[in-house]
Amino acid sequence: MITTLLYSLTGLILFAMGLFTLIIHSHPLRKILAVNVMATGIFLILVATAYIPLGQGEVDPVPHAMVLTGIVVSVSVTALALIMACRVQETSNLAILKGKKKVKNTQETET
Amino acid sequence: MLFLFLVFCLTVALGTILCSSSGSISGLASAVARLQEQSGVESPVTAVLLNFRGYDTLLEVMVLLLAVISVWSLTKAPVSRQKAEISPVQMGVVRLLAPVMCLVAAYLVWQGSHLAGGAFQGGAILGAAGVLLLVSELDWIRTVPAFAIRIGLILGPVVFTGTALGCLFYSGELLAYPEGMAGWLILLIETACALSIGLTLALLFGGGRPEDDVPEGDIP
Repeated sequence: MITTLLYSLTGLILFAMGLFTLIIHSHPLRKILAVNVMATGIFLILVATAYIPLGQGEVDPVPHAMVLTGIVVSVSVTALALIMACRVQETSNLAILKGKKKVKNTQETET
Repeated sequence: MLFLFLVFCLTVALGTILCSSSGSISGLASAVARLQEQSGVESPVTAVLLNFRGYDTLLEVMVLLLAVISVWSLTKAPVSRQKAEISPVQMGVVRLLAPVMCLVAAYLVWQGSHLAGGAFQGGAILGAAGVLLLVSELDWIRTVPAFAIRIGLILGPVVFTGTALGCLFYSGELLAYPEGMAGWLILLIETACALSIGLTLALLFGGGRPEDDVPEGDIP
């Protein structure tokens, strides 16, 4: 019981950290990493809840199947997001993608 | 600062929900165990993935295909013009590892029917083998025709959809396998899907459509 709770709370903290980073930072790479951390937290919660100590250590296979599906989807989503970030960088004529404030600064210096 | 506070409140709220509900989750383990006999496989996770929630997995394979199509429509694969120096150690490792990885992937797919394993695990290892081959820039990789790659990509989705439609005609329900054939159909689907998933992951790492695949309207 304690173990399950510990894993679930760790997953919850990972999720919250990811959510915070996702909204606070504007760099696309940070956002992609944040989404991945969030997904990892959710997988941890799902796997933790799948373990039922009451039924002779029986494991609920449904969350396992969901996590298995989710991992593969999150890998492909990450790849797609990275390619999109690369395209944004190419089309925005910036050598390095910067945060919101710095982008405004460069625009001001150009004008 | 306000946002930090909001996230903190959300975390605390979710944490209390988790704490209060952690003892009372009954889950679906007993329901799965009851229907395990009819599913055609012995592994409960595989039974859930490809029999009870087959619809889910079908759509998920489609999502993978969609991801590759989107990546291919966005960019061309970056090609280094000059031949990179690959150290002999890396080449030796690739020669040793790539066949072993393919063997392990095949074993995992086969094992999926009775133990932990299955299409996704096998596909992930196949994808890792593909990434290894891509990184070492072998010559024959570039000579693989784009047509063959496309066939490999859609093999899994086509076999899965075909099986689903066949079941629809045979028993009147999508993905309701006919009795006695469930195990073999699941193995067929898993093999095709593992190939496609492995190819998908390796191509996503490749990061764009193949070189010889230039359409009429030029997308940069």
